Amino acid sequence: MTAAGDFPASQDAAPAAAPRRRLLEQDWRKLLRASAILAIAQVFIGLSGMPVSFDRRLLIDPILSLGYLSLLWLPLAVSYWVGREQVLEGMTAYARGGRDVLAGAITGAVGNAGLTLLVVGITHFDIRDPLVNWSPQLLGILEFEESVWLGALIWPAIGAGVGALGGGMHWASSRITRTTVIVLLSVFGTAVLESVITDLSQGFHIEAVSDWLYGPKRGLTYPAAIVVAAAAAAIAGGIAAYRAFLARTASTSGQLGIAASGETSANRVRWRRIPVRRLVGFALSAAAIVVLPLFLGRLTNELLANVGLFILLALGLNIIVGLAGILDLGYVAFFAVGGYSVAVLTSPGSPRFDLEIPWFGALFAAMLLAGLAGLLIGAPVIRMRGDYLAIVTLGFGEIIRVLLLSDWLSGTFNGAQGITNIPGVEVFGLATVRGFEPRSVLYLVLVFCAIAVYVSWRLENSRIGRAWMAIREDESVAEAMGVDTVSAKLMAFVTGAVLGSFSGAILSAKVGSVFPHSFAIIVSIVILVVVIFGGMGSIAGVIAGAAVLIGVLGGPNQPGLLQEFAEYKILIYGALLVWMMLQRSEGLIPSVRRARELHLDEMNQDAWLRAQVAADDAGGGGGGDRSEGEQP
Amino acid sequence: MPMLEITGLHVVFGGLHAINDLDFAVEKGEIVAVIGPNGAGKTTFFNAISGMVKPTEGQIAFEGRSLLGLDPNKITSRGIARTFQNVRLFANMTVLENVMVSQHCRTRQRILDALLQTRRFRTEEEQVRARGKEVLGFFGTRLTGYRFDQPASVLSYANRRRLEIARAMATSPKLILLDEPVAGMNPVESAELTQLIGKLRDEMGYTIVLIEHDMSVVRDISDRVVVLDHGEAIARGTYAEVSANPQVIEAYLGQSADGS
Ligand SMILES: Nc1ncnc2c1ncn2[C@@H]1O[C@H](COP(=O)(O)OP(=O)(O)O)[C@@H](O)[C@H]1O
Ligand SMILES: [Mg+2]
Repeated sequence: MTAAGDFPASQDAAPAAAPRRRLLEQDWRKLLRASAILAIAQVFIGLSGMPVSFDRRLLIDPILSLGYLSLLWLPLAVSYWVGREQVLEGMTAYARGGRDVLAGAITGAVGNAGLTLLVVGITHFDIRDPLVNWSPQLLGILEFEESVWLGALIWPAIGAGVGALGGGMHWASSRITRTTVIVLLSVFGTAVLESVITDLSQGFHIEAVSDWLYGPKRGLTYPAAIVVAAAAAAIAGGIAAYRAFLARTASTSGQLGIAASGETSANRVRWRRIPVRRLVGFALSAAAIVVLPLFLGRLTNELLANVGLFILLALGLNIIVGLAGILDLGYVAFFAVGGYSVAVLTSPGSPRFDLEIPWFGALFAAMLLAGLAGLLIGAPVIRMRGDYLAIVTLGFGEIIRVLLLSDWLSGTFNGAQGITNIPGVEVFGLATVRGFEPRSVLYLVLVFCAIAVYVSWRLENSRIGRAWMAIREDESVAEAMGVDTVSAKLMAFVTGAVLGSFSGAILSAKVGSVFPHSFAIIVSIVILVVVIFGGMGSIAGVIAGAAVLIGVLGGPNQPGLLQEFAEYKILIYGALLVWMMLQRSEGLIPSVRRARELHLDEMNQDAWLRAQVAADDAGGGGGGDRSEGEQP
Repeated sequence: MPMLEITGLHVVFGGLHAINDLDFAVEKGEIVAVIGPNGAGKTTFFNAISGMVKPTEGQIAFEGRSLLGLDPNKITSRGIARTFQNVRLFANMTVLENVMVSQHCRTRQRILDALLQTRRFRTEEEQVRARGKEVLGFFGTRLTGYRFDQPASVLSYANRRRLEIARAMATSPKLILLDEPVAGMNPVESAELTQLIGKLRDEMGYTIVLIEHDMSVVRDISDRVVVLDHGEAIARGTYAEVSANPQVIEAYLGQSADGS
């Protein structure tokens, strides 16, 4: 529902040729603002040290290093953003064209002039004292090891080029844009996944592939980059053609269905198609997931195991934040309960107990204790909303860590020394899962991820899942509709806690030791970013979020594929969080804000409806619903 | 004994006496309209009945048992459902999910049932779905078919109002509180919904209390009318009696003199 506007007029106008704007008919203020933001951001990136420390990591040998990429992506993104226009009902939709390219180019050029300033600044002044990265190395990179003149002039030119590309994406058809994005991502992905692909090709004994793809100094060779780009473009084109074909057949058979017996048969057509394709896709990916680790080397298995641990955590938090809408910033508490329960119960080095019970027994205890912790943390905060709740849960997360660290409980948890010598997992005498065999850990993690996915999926489509969503949408209305919000929210805490404890329990056995500092606030924040980034409430989204963020950037204490990022991880997670909050903040503090939004919407609608009623009274007629998306 | 009996109800917000010493009763099978100028305390009155606002003083009894101190969800499971003046649907849930979730207090499945897909889970899910479709079907084809799976946020304004009523019906109530059900609808839609509200009582057997500004609706369907002004009941009786009451005319005139 968009704002009040006369729908019929705008609908009539849509098919007619959209009006054009002249090249210089720009929104100069917006351009200026975007350029300024871009300039500041580029200087910040330069001074943060990323270009220098990433320079050694080649992506495409010898053209592009990760260092230069860190200076290239933002002009693209910002100039694309500049061209974005929201066309509401009743507003004129202009044709896209050279004007958008120009806007992007101007933004990129002016914004990158920030780097020109940086080049000139570093040449003439020395403020290396506070700014450690105000350095000759940075200058060298910015000048392409040539001259100051080149460095000063080339950046605006690069900005103009990249910016024109970004702005032009609005002009190009969506198919071209999509293909371009896919091509860029494939090349970047192949370069980033170098170690995994090398690993895989060794596993399958096809080292020739990776030898050909990657140069001796790491990074794609540029012929390989071209081939990858061409392959990606071909595949993207093929998929697009297949989609178009499907859409055409679907629409004809759909029409036939409606002609035959109305809506229901149209539904049947749709329903029959999806499950078969899904089932096949599901079976194939399940098989791949089971078989692939056999061909992967240690490092990759280790990486995937870490990703899996975070998928588990993210799925658990997703139930609390994504489904029930409770912004829990202390989720690490449940991770810690899982980890320490297993450590205390299984390790011979456990200071108080000398139980050494098997891992599965300890896991059971961990689940119970985590559930209990969920109740204990949930109960006091259950009546709170929004920001208060967030702050209190943040406190609880810290309390657990402080308790683990305290002298008072050091008889049980051993304080800062932590608990070591945690044995591996004996799987019913069949196999042993140990940290130094990452493949076995990966399989264990996969089993628990499967359990977590199953639980999330089943619960989402059940009485309690619907209750959680209703609470997320509007808590007081949910309660007025008969939902017992207190117990539903407690159940969300308990379920999320148990899933989180799985992850902790596996971590203990994998690493063989636990320390209080492994359970710091930052873990909660990273999991939250994963959930929000992946898409709150969506199982697939959360898994993808964990794979991309933890896999590429790395977790709070785990390295990712781009180990160069280690120092910048937290910066990037923070930036992502801020950005996601700005983009769709209604996801996080839902009930109040959403109710208000509905209100606004409604008032606009009201005004429109009143005008319509008045018009109807005058014209004497009309009726039924009028709104977009109404008439089938 | 009346179905709903309220005596000496006071609701005070800070210094504002939103409801002042109100007595009110509804017999089973009645349609009672509550009218009054804006800010008279009508919505607050509904909030007090449904437990969303705690009364400062007074008694509220439903079927002879007090509702005071109960949480809203307990009141709903006793058999009172409501709609909201400012349509408050679960916007990102589908139309069908909206009417499924409001059967929460009538269903019993537990988490383990859902995880193990027990027979109890499947039959109950089936019933909940069927019942949801049934209440949506009450509004003709407007909320059925492909609309089952659309998010509530894409519905037209009139359909959102209808879905609010369907959601209240899905809680299997005995008494339904409708807060300005036809607000913002055009005359045709409003006449149609008025007829449906009549059917709610005559065919489905619900008892109804509704707040309404549209006097033609009030005239057409209400058995009795209660007029609120500044939180007090200034008149009661049939529509004819109330509309002839000089105090009522005064209250409304005074309001329109303020310009609203
Ligand atoms: N939660 C609340 N807190 C403070 N004042 C309120 C609250 N709810 C309603 N009021 C006030 O009570 C009065 C009656 O409001 P309301 O019951 O919504 O009127 P009506 O529905 O008759 O238009 C208004 O002055 C309103 O501002
Ligand atoms: Mg009101």
